[in-house]
Formats: sequence, C-alpha cells, structure tokens
Amino acid sequence: MAQIVLDRLTAEFRGGEILQTGSQHGNEWARVRRDAWVKVATFLRDDPATKMEMFIDLTGVDRFSTEPRFDVVLHLYSVSLKHRVRLYGGCPENDPTIDSLCGVWEGANWYEREAYDLYGVRFKGHPDLRRILMYPEFVGHPLRKDYPKEKRQPLVRRSQVEAGE
Amino acid sequence: MGFLDFATTKIEAAANWARKFSLFQYPFVTACCGMEFMSVAAPKYDIARFGAEFPRFSPRQADLLIIVGTITERQGPALRRIYEQMCEPKWVVAFGVCASTGGFYQNYSTMPGADQAIPVDVYIPGCPPRPEQVLDGLIMLQERIQRGEGHNQIVIANEKAAAKAQKLGIAYDVPATAIRPRIEASKG
Repeated sequence: MAQIVLDRLTAEFRGGEILQTGSQHGNEWARVRRDAWVKVATFLRDDPATKMEMFIDLTGVDRFSTEPRFDVVLHLYSVSLKHRVRLYGGCPENDPTIDSLCGVWEGANWYEREAYDLYGVRFKGHPDLRRILMYPEFVGHPLRKDYPKEKRQPLVRRSQVEAGE
Repeated sequence: MGFLDFATTKIEAAANWARKFSLFQYPFVTACCGMEFMSVAAPKYDIARFGAEFPRFSPRQADLLIIVGTITERQGPALRRIYEQMCEPKWVVAFGVCASTGGFYQNYSTMPGADQAIPVDVYIPGCPPRPEQVLDGLIMLQERIQRGEGHNQIVIANEKAAAKAQKLGIAYDVPATAIRPRIEASKG
C-alpha cells in the first residue's frame, strides 16, 4: 500500500534512526529511534514523496516486562497521496520521555496529554503537559499494566451509610 | 402533646400526598440511559401521568434528582454540588445499573454506584431499564414519599423532633440513620 513511505525513510535515514520496518495486512510501520522522533516526523510531513499532512492519532502501549517498556504509537495519513504509516517510538521504563510533536502537528497536543495522563510518558517540549482525562488529584497512570485493577481514587464519598442500604 | 402529634401527622400526610404527585425532576443525564429517559418522558410512556411531568434544568427548582447513566469519579464533586443545591425535601433515583452499582464498568474511573457520593432512595436496574421499570420505580418512590420514608424526609423529621425536644428540655437521640449525610472530599 505505502511501501514508498518506508523506502523513503530507509533511504533518507542511514544512521540507524530507523530500527525496524514492517508491513502487516497492508499497513506499513516503522520503529524509530527515540532521539530521531521529531526529525523523522518532520521529514515525513515535508518530503514531497510522503506528504504526511494529517496527524491521525497518537497513543501509548505498555509492553510490561519488556524493554523498551513503553511505545508511543503515531498514525499518519497523507491526504494528497492517500497513504498512511504507523511509527513506534520506544521509551525505557526508567526514563519514559520522548520529544513532543506539537511543533510538527498542532493536533498532537491533546493526544500527547492523553498518553502522558494514562501511560506516564513525558513529552519534552510540550507547551502544556497536564492530565486531560483524569483529575489533577489522581496519582499514577491508570493504563499502565502495574496499576492495580481494583484501585479507586475517589474525589467525594458520603460519610455514612443510610438505613436499609 | 398527643393532640398536637396527631395534627402534625395529618398535615404531613396531606403534604406528602401533594409532594408525591408533583415531583419536579432534575435529570442528571450522563450516558445512553438518557435515551430511555426521553422515552419515559415522551407521550408513549408519559411520566406526566404520575405528576412527574416537568424536567427542571436547574437543581434549585427540583426536588427529585434522577441520576441517568454512568457516574465517573471525576463527576463526583459536580454531583454532590447539584444534590446540595436542591430544595428540601428531596429524593434521589438511580436510573439504570451504572448509576446503581457502576454496572459493567469496573475500572479506575467509574464510581461504583452513585450512592457512594450521595444518598439514593430508589434503584432502577436494567441496562438500560425499560420504561415500565422506570414507572414502577417512580411508583415505589411515591409510596415511600407518602409514608415519609424518603432519606431526606427522615432527616427533616428527626431534626424537627430534636428541636422540639430541646425546646421542651427532653433528651432526644437522633438515630444514626437519620443524621444528615456529610459528603466529604475523600483522601485516598
């Protein structure tokens, strides 16, 4: 479907920035070295052969007990060339940070806040990295695999139980 | 005193009769149950037949809070505020299984039942409940109102009795179940 995107990436980045590429069910993906994250994204946006104008989605994956533990998954689409690609950026458990894509696509802002909120991946250079779904009082990152499933962090609770309940 | 007690009971019964047929509801609609609530309110099932005709979209004009849908922990403070703003005496109905127990949402974000935060008088199960179930729940609530057994009615009655006892210099222990619930910010 869009092998040209992967070909352009591997031709442009020869310094080991593209760790791995693949294609599954007609969807191309590439695993990008963390320090080249913004560079690769900017290239994909600006290169006339790829033209990824549209930021589709950004989220996280917790691959618990493997390293790098966290993956940041970026979906891109080219409106003019009608192809799409998926990029993975791995973050190790002891330093879950990656560069922010807000400077490349404005739309990345809230998605990065979501990934920060739920997975605890910090995006360097993000203009306003606050929680977006959970409340500010919330401690921890609920979609991490080591977050207890039954744990609740209530904001209000009734002090006493009524009769007959 | 026997005569006075008799008189107040009768007035209270008349007031409760009026209250149960003129419930002013505040629908706190958060999820898909809202569609079913609309169906109950619309002419086919017609909740107006039971006097609960008018949804007031301000809690200050309402005395029946209907919690329609999933309550998240984040909504807790808003729900508490709406409950506290309502006129007394007031009643609360949990509409659907999410508002009653959290339903199939057993996760970090969903409150396991709205009764964790505010008192609830009637629970209507179902996902979503059929309109008939809602009307059945409403009739149950009306019966409770007539008997003066709404959670807030019990609180008010006991506060009145305590004030009267204090005036007369009689000891009166308010039952633990009739103390006004304190809704507090939770620590952890």
